[in-house]
Amino acid sequence: MIYGEWILDLLLAFPVLAALAVLLSPEAAAKRVALVGTLVEFLLSVPLWWMFDPGTAAMQFQVTHPWIPGWGIMFSLGLDGISLFMVLLTTFTMPLAVLGSWNYIKEKQRAYYALLLVLTTGMLGVFVALDLFVFYVFWEIMLIPMYFLIGVWGGPRRLYAAIKFFLFTFVGSLLMLVAILVMYSVVGRATGEYSFAYSHLLDNVGSVERWAFWLFGAFFLAFAIKVPMFPFHTWLPDAHVEAPTAGSVILAGILLKMGTYGFLRFAVPFFPGVAFHPTVQTVVVVLAVTGIIYGALVAMVQPDFKKLVAYSSISHLGFVMLGIWALSLQSVEGAIIIMISHGISTGALFFLAGMLYERAHTREIAAFGGIARVVPALAATLTIVSLSSIGLPGTNGFIGEFLVLVGSFGTFPWATVVAATGVIFAAAYLLRALQRLIYNKLDNPEHERMRDLSARELLVLVPLIVCILWIGLYPAPFLRRVEASAQALVEQIRGPEATTTPARAAEVVR
Amino acid sequence: MPASVGWVWLVIVLPFLGFLVNGTLSFVRPDAKRVVSAVGVGVLALSFVVALVVTGGVVAHPPHGHPYVLTLWSWMPAGSLQIDAALQVDQLSTVMMLVVTGISTLIHIFSIGYMREDPGYPRYFAYLNLFVFFMLILVLGASFPVMFVGWEGVGLCSYLLIGFWYENKPFADAGKKAFIMNRIGDFGFLVAMFMIFHATGSLSFVTVFEEAPQLFAVGGTTITLITLALFMGCTGKSAQIPLFTWLPDAMAGPTPVSALIHAATMVTAGVYLVARANVLFAMAPVSSLVVAATGAATALFAATIAVKQWDIKKVLAYSTISQLGYMFMGVGVGAYAAGIFHLTTHAFFKALLFLGSGSVIHALHHAFHATHRHDDAQDMRNMGGLRRYMPWTAALMWIATLAIAGVPGFSGFFSKDEILAMTFARGQEAGVFYVLWIVGAVAALLTAFYMTRMMLYTFHGPTRTGEEEERHLHEAPWVMTGPLLFLGIGSVVAGVLNLPAVLPGSGWLHHFLEPVTEGSTAYLPEFHLASATEWALLGLATLIAAAGILGAWNFLKPALLQPASLATPESGLQRILLRKWYVDEIYDALVIRPIMWLSERTFWKVVDVGVIDGVLVNGSAKTARAVGWIGSRLQSGRVATYVFFFVLGSILVLRALLR
Amino acid sequence: MLLGPSLTVSLILFSIGVAGVLIRRNAIIVFMCIELMLNAVNLSFIALAQQLGREGQVIVFFVMAVAAAEATVGLAIMIAIYRHKNSLNVTELNLLRG
Repeated sequence: MIYGEWILDLLLAFPVLAALAVLLSPEAAAKRVALVGTLVEFLLSVPLWWMFDPGTAAMQFQVTHPWIPGWGIMFSLGLDGISLFMVLLTTFTMPLAVLGSWNYIKEKQRAYYALLLVLTTGMLGVFVALDLFVFYVFWEIMLIPMYFLIGVWGGPRRLYAAIKFFLFTFVGSLLMLVAILVMYSVVGRATGEYSFAYSHLLDNVGSVERWAFWLFGAFFLAFAIKVPMFPFHTWLPDAHVEAPTAGSVILAGILLKMGTYGFLRFAVPFFPGVAFHPTVQTVVVVLAVTGIIYGALVAMVQPDFKKLVAYSSISHLGFVMLGIWALSLQSVEGAIIIMISHGISTGALFFLAGMLYERAHTREIAAFGGIARVVPALAATLTIVSLSSIGLPGTNGFIGEFLVLVGSFGTFPWATVVAATGVIFAAAYLLRALQRLIYNKLDNPEHERMRDLSARELLVLVPLIVCILWIGLYPAPFLRRVEASAQALVEQIRGPEATTTPARAAEVVR
Repeated sequence: MPASVGWVWLVIVLPFLGFLVNGTLSFVRPDAKRVVSAVGVGVLALSFVVALVVTGGVVAHPPHGHPYVLTLWSWMPAGSLQIDAALQVDQLSTVMMLVVTGISTLIHIFSIGYMREDPGYPRYFAYLNLFVFFMLILVLGASFPVMFVGWEGVGLCSYLLIGFWYENKPFADAGKKAFIMNRIGDFGFLVAMFMIFHATGSLSFVTVFEEAPQLFAVGGTTITLITLALFMGCTGKSAQIPLFTWLPDAMAGPTPVSALIHAATMVTAGVYLVARANVLFAMAPVSSLVVAATGAATALFAATIAVKQWDIKKVLAYSTISQLGYMFMGVGVGAYAAGIFHLTTHAFFKALLFLGSGSVIHALHHAFHATHRHDDAQDMRNMGGLRRYMPWTAALMWIATLAIAGVPGFSGFFSKDEILAMTFARGQEAGVFYVLWIVGAVAALLTAFYMTRMMLYTFHGPTRTGEEEERHLHEAPWVMTGPLLFLGIGSVVAGVLNLPAVLPGSGWLHHFLEPVTEGSTAYLPEFHLASATEWALLGLATLIAAAGILGAWNFLKPALLQPASLATPESGLQRILLRKWYVDEIYDALVIRPIMWLSERTFWKVVDVGVIDGVLVNGSAKTARAVGWIGSRLQSGRVATYVFFFVLGSILVLRALLR
Repeated sequence: MLLGPSLTVSLILFSIGVAGVLIRRNAIIVFMCIELMLNAVNLSFIALAQQLGREGQVIVFFVMAVAAAEATVGLAIMIAIYRHKNSLNVTELNLLRG
């Protein structure tokens, strides 16, 4: 198990080293160095897929180094079924993000690619941190590169969007910091051991019972903004529209997952009593379902393609929230699958939006139309990716939504039924956009000369499409690795019988 | 499981291979039409052969109790929810598999001729192959989710094929409308699956249907809700009230597509679903009655619209909706075999009618093309007297017309009569079934009438196409008439599958399907009709058909018709029927516009931009800025002022210290 | 020994310095006025040191050292400002106005 002992350290350190290499390389070679760096990072992470033991919910590949031992801060990392796929999703997305920026980013390339690599470390750190202080540090680290990515390489309103993004997230994370410090000191006083370790705080969370509501509130706000849940979502459309392509992809693909990951890892296991208090539960579920419907409806009337995809994210993440709060084995597994597949499908949609923008220099849906004849491969790809986002069975979108809904039905039948109408609206907004983008008559003669996907663009999209179909047709390997952790979470809160007894609620006959 | 049944996966894989090859060709070599046709038709023909082999296995070793289930891989294992990618072979799926592969093969052959000059030829065959692939998953899936894969997959192909000529905006609109309306139905299907899983702990057909009798109370709320939700899925896919308006618009697709997807196979999926879940529906009498009543109402409603349509394909579309209504009436009253029987015969004659109309449109299109006219090649007012130019098509379409009108001896007579007879038989139990029977009978009368009207206006009387154009009218090539011939034979003889009880050799299909439907028999009353009643009903059905046909023949005067461009607009009831009772307009005003208004004017512009961003987000930013502005007034930029305040402050501090 | 007159001179010098900083516009003169204030303070330190011990005299050295450093930096800034704006009028140097 030599691999398991250094892999997480290496995964965090390597992108920083690669970022240094990018900074030292000549401007023209920066993207190549970055591509090699992200690819190596991905290859390093691939063995995790096999090395991971799906049989246990315990943390694996754990490493702990003393960092500031006097204050009980240990640099400790680990992976379980929930974070495994977040890590793989991150390392998988980054090479594609570099490839997707290849021609789009023309200025200050060194800084751009170095920031992408630093961002990788920040995101991975969030997913593998097992010490709340370390978690908080990485949570903030990843904020800064993203701020610059939007603010420097973004669209015309980039400053507004970048500051909005930063302030929204920062407000939440400061509250979270306060909550972490309160837990640290209260638990420390009660147990005599001052430590930020996740397991220590989780085991002794009973001593913060008095403040549980406020602590949960702080965590909730931090994560709900990140998800983003209705009504904390308005930073997302702006950030997405202004961010460069790779920024949008990373934002949608990975950063949004940090919110739901935070719920799964911290907010829910720490404070189940508050999270599943009937009132809180009702509020969260109502907000989640509102997000599903609201996001879909607002997406339907967006004139800007990127904004449409941004609002669709709000809708998809609503399903994740519903799944977490329904807290059945299927719904939690489904929520994790949606987190993965939303990263893939929405990432692909943003790549395609970027490719359309590079060709026509506009994101207005109305400016396109009829290009399916000129760029058949692009049109076909866009169709497949849209269908996966719609949740067509056989694609990844269906698996997650189906599991979430089927699992949630037992807990919240009415909310689930309302949420399920989201599938109708999803079809409505994406097909409407699809029709106005690639179908209808080609009315702009300039688009006659639009070029089809290049080899590089295919290289970006084909892996994503392979994943779309793989998860859609054979999700069992994913579910198997997720199951133990999801089960542990459900059983921790619901008791062991929640996952073992088959669901059966029919009337008793005679 | 017999060895031959084990090959059933090949039936599905072959069309998928065709899709892959043709899909690749559409990018790489769009001109390779010969290869495309060979692959597109070849895989289907092979698939049909394999389907025959599988059927042979099922007939030789009929499964009793348990159907043959071929598990391919574990699809969605999540705790107690275990969904396998599995195929189920039993008598019902065998029948459907044969209908699908058989009719598809014929229609693929027809398409070679019909689509010959289309630049999207490989893409067309790729979509068509993909459709067959999904349709076979639908009928062979061994669990609700697997069936749902096919269920939505065929909807996708329908979307792609309706919008095949996507540069025409109304066509692309029609595709989108079809997909979204289907999705509304699919929502019901999804909810039904959730309820089934939570009630039975499983979603596979075998488990659910075997355990349902122990788990549900007959007529209980759960089972009623489940079946109603399932039926909601059917109304979308099978174009029943209230979700039927997509099907007439779906005629925007190429005509062979209308024949295959929107007449013979996909739209009958709902009927198949009810027949498949017959145990559940039989245990929920209220739902069954809803199914039957919806079917009857749709049959009549669609028939009234068909009476006044001028577009030949629209007539057939509404006729399809109406016939689907019959099928639902059949499965709704518990006559599952009768519903499947009508599904089978309908597949033959409706495919024939659509393909025939395709030949007609093809001919007119060419004629107009040759003379550079831009008239509507589908409007019957531009046709007339075509039997002189297209004798084969005319003759074969007459056979199908007689079949759908229910003329004795033709297949449609037996299948439609069986449904009506079964409905009548249920009348002994509750009067409402007599009402349904009357509705069905009136719809049958209208069917005979509008079909004769269509034939009359198309093939008889003077030709209204135009003198110049007439010289270009000609019969379709053999590759198109050949499939028609096969379908014509089917339309005549398919009736022998299930002859009424009073005739010798009766009810073969009924007995064949018995292992599938026997679970429901416990919950249904005995269907019993006295021999005399049955003869009377047969006679009445004959009379109705005759009345419809002769009525149309005598009252309608094709000679008086004007070509479409010269015709005067209709008024009054005729106009209402022509505009399809304004259902589309009503939906637009009541559903679509309010939703769009709500989304754009309220949610986006007011809630998002106005309240959340305007008041809360930018509001707090503005507040912060305002407070900052007040403080910044002290920052005058004049050093002297600062020093003055500094000195003042120092003096005050000194004073405070020295006190 | 001459404590009263020394402190009086110191006070007068300091007041002149304050008035100069408040009233004059030329940055160099403002700067010289600051120096004046520093030296006024130095004078009072020395005067008081005669009675209170030598620490006051030590502090004077510190003040002188700081004043020298300040003069260096301040004059350098002023040259930079003059190059930039062609003026040393402090009322015009108001970029940090709120």
